[in-house]
Amino acid sequence: METLNYLNNGHGLASWLLTKDHKRIALLYLVSITAFFFLGGMFAFMIRLELLTPAGDVMASDTYNKMFTMHGVVMVFFFLIPSIPAVLGNFLIPIMIGAKDLAFPRINLLSWYIYVLGGLFTLVAALSGGVDTGWTFYTPYSTAAANSHVITAALGIFITGFSSILTGLNFIVSVHRMRAPGLTWFRLPLFVWSMYATSLIFILGTPVIAITVLLVAAERTLHMGIFDPALGGDPVLFQHLFWFYSHPAVYIMILPAMGVISEIVQAFSRKNIFGYSFVAFSSLAIAIIGFLVWGHHLFVSGQSVYAGLMFSILSFLVAIPSAVKVFNWTATIYKGSVLLDSAMLYAFGFIGLFTIGGLTGLFLAAVGLDVHVHDTYFVIAHFHYIMVGGAIMGYMGGLHYWWPKISGRMYSEGWAKLAAGLIFIGFNLTFFPQFILGYLGMPRRYHVYPPEFQVLNIASTLGATVLAVGYLLPMVYFTYSIFYGEKASANPWGARGLEWEIPSPPPTENFLVTPIVTHGTHQYAPSREVGIV
Amino acid sequence: MFTNFPLFPSQASVEATQVDGLYFFMLAVTAFFSLLIATLVVFFAVKYRRRQADEVGAAIHGSLALELLWTIIPFFIMMVMFGWGAKIYFNLFRPTPGAMEVYVVGKQWMWKAQHMDGQREINELHVPVGRPVKLIMASEDVIHSFFIPAFRVKADVVPGRYQVLSFTASKAGRYHLFCTQYCGTKHSGMVGSVVAMEPQDFQAWLGGGNASDTPAAAGEKLFTDLACSSCHTNDATARAPQLKGAFGTTVTLANGSTAVVDEAYVRESILNPQAKVVAGFQPIMPTFQGLVTEEQLLQLIAYVRSLSAQPGSAASPAPASPTMPQSSDRPAREPGK
Repeated sequence: METLNYLNNGHGLASWLLTKDHKRIALLYLVSITAFFFLGGMFAFMIRLELLTPAGDVMASDTYNKMFTMHGVVMVFFFLIPSIPAVLGNFLIPIMIGAKDLAFPRINLLSWYIYVLGGLFTLVAALSGGVDTGWTFYTPYSTAAANSHVITAALGIFITGFSSILTGLNFIVSVHRMRAPGLTWFRLPLFVWSMYATSLIFILGTPVIAITVLLVAAERTLHMGIFDPALGGDPVLFQHLFWFYSHPAVYIMILPAMGVISEIVQAFSRKNIFGYSFVAFSSLAIAIIGFLVWGHHLFVSGQSVYAGLMFSILSFLVAIPSAVKVFNWTATIYKGSVLLDSAMLYAFGFIGLFTIGGLTGLFLAAVGLDVHVHDTYFVIAHFHYIMVGGAIMGYMGGLHYWWPKISGRMYSEGWAKLAAGLIFIGFNLTFFPQFILGYLGMPRRYHVYPPEFQVLNIASTLGATVLAVGYLLPMVYFTYSIFYGEKASANPWGARGLEWEIPSPPPTENFLVTPIVTHGTHQYAPSREVGIV
Repeated sequence: MFTNFPLFPSQASVEATQVDGLYFFMLAVTAFFSLLIATLVVFFAVKYRRRQADEVGAAIHGSLALELLWTIIPFFIMMVMFGWGAKIYFNLFRPTPGAMEVYVVGKQWMWKAQHMDGQREINELHVPVGRPVKLIMASEDVIHSFFIPAFRVKADVVPGRYQVLSFTASKAGRYHLFCTQYCGTKHSGMVGSVVAMEPQDFQAWLGGGNASDTPAAAGEKLFTDLACSSCHTNDATARAPQLKGAFGTTVTLANGSTAVVDEAYVRESILNPQAKVVAGFQPIMPTFQGLVTEEQLLQLIAYVRSLSAQPGSAASPAPASPTMPQSSDRPAREPGK
């Protein structure tokens, strides 16, 4: 007789669709965001296929424009933003703080339904003909010129935003109110710190994007003059509003991944993090300064020269806490007991790719240099190094690290290492050539391009093919492990942390007895208590 | 088949040299730090690989000295990058007296340029080598962006305002011109060439067959056709302000504030005449919104400017505002407008 756990405690569709268990809700999210990931990936594949040749020979210009728009909308709003928070955060935060569930289990379920509803709007927009504004919805193109399903897609984003807000609210309240006895703030796992910082951005930033897309819909339908100069509006106002959310949204994607990497590096070095409080506070610093850098998207939009300088210096400053994290991870590996399992390979991949992504961000923060590379493939390469190289590497690393806990099964380590290698190689082959293309001057969102850019584009498409294989493999071996994988022990990695002290998979109530915490949750060696800096 | 694939763009303007200098500096610094991190991570992973299953790492919790070190050093390096980048940016917007001005209008999906001597071009722009060029750009519909990779310069052309882009070509040749702000179906077709020519070749090209009216002459014709001249007469009893000598001056408005008569002001006064009425006049002028295109607006402005030109000087007066005529530099609107 199998022991009762959250997976076998209740069968049938209703037991999943009406569940209030944070772990089951995490799995609902896992299934839905994986679907959106492969949908967004298919759009990306169409883009790379078209760009094999300089001429527009695979599809019409309008179709191409819809492909990159849908790729951006689906990947940003329906995969990257919810990925780590809604799946790993939902699953792990209550366990990591020693609680039985999040503070508001019903609201947690509601947030998934809201996410699905928003996703349906976006699917309807895609199936009924698509949107061609770019995921950035720049006005007055989106309000006055575009002849596609802008409002449906905008409503999808508007609705999904509420799912983010509710998730953020749930996390913040839970971390404040539901920590186990003895679990002080400075004993919390760094993953919880990063999720807390992310939640702050969720609840402070998301309302702004909701307002902004609503204004776009209002101008499109009611011809209110907000952004369109022909109606007396200001198109650059839209850019300020849009990036006020969408730049911090980049930190929504990367901060959780940084939290995951902090956990993995500690577990596979069997060593507590170097400079705990610096890593914890750097998350908050990124969340706060991240709200003050949006104007670097407007360096060539005609904003005042002095505003440009302020946003430039602030953009450099936000790089410092990121650099601090990278140095601390590196120092954590020093004199560790290092095991290069697949999760650690993803963490190494993250450190390498995030470093390149972050350092190329400096080129974009240097305002005089940004003038040249703005809106070219240099920017595309930069943010894919952050979002794919950073955020998705972190997400994949987290899935591999916690998969035994989530599923109760072990996956094939050999296949997992192969996939990690393919993803790393494929990723670099896809996006490194785009830095060169960008400095050469190839603009983004070009259906047709000059022939001298073809060789680098072929390299990029080849890389994308390798990358696609790398992403499909985990689908196969994770699924396989659910049915045929070896049963996982409570703590297969020999890691520290409350989640490794309960069975795999955990029981519905997580802890039969509320744990009492007497030291930092990641204590590998006797330690002094970490105090405030 | 793939014989021509460059890895670095042509360097054909004064600005390009400056931008590339910073680029190579940043490339060197960032490559150093990337390699440093990669080397350390790999070295530590090999040196401290797990040798026994129950082995744990050393009890090291942090070091304030190291944290300060790797906060402060990157900070100072970044401030050098910031200052260098800011200097280049400032130079881009520095006023360039004696610059050759060209009007550029972007529309879905083409670039139209008109030289002060009357030459018109579509999806091409001819400029002389060695002389500063100042583009005054407007958009007829959505946002476009004027980008010349070989010159390392770019500016968004936002509808409803004028955008200035300055550069000095340094090497003769034909270079790409791209629209870099997504603008609809044929965004990637909104491309063309910038042709930098030696000054004597450029003079010869200017004198070539393609010339039409100068913008000022075309503007003068419009001024009559649109019946502007019936109110803006040159006598003291006119119902509208005199335009002779007005461009570049500061006028007092009906609400007591002042405004500089520049491109943005003239444009606004044609499209939205009630916004800034000169003191002593009634708000009787109708709007010309929808009746004139951006190109015609630029011609009308050229005409108004020509009424203030110093006799005998071909160069136009320096713009009144120290930077570019952006909307953010415009004087505050009247309350309630």
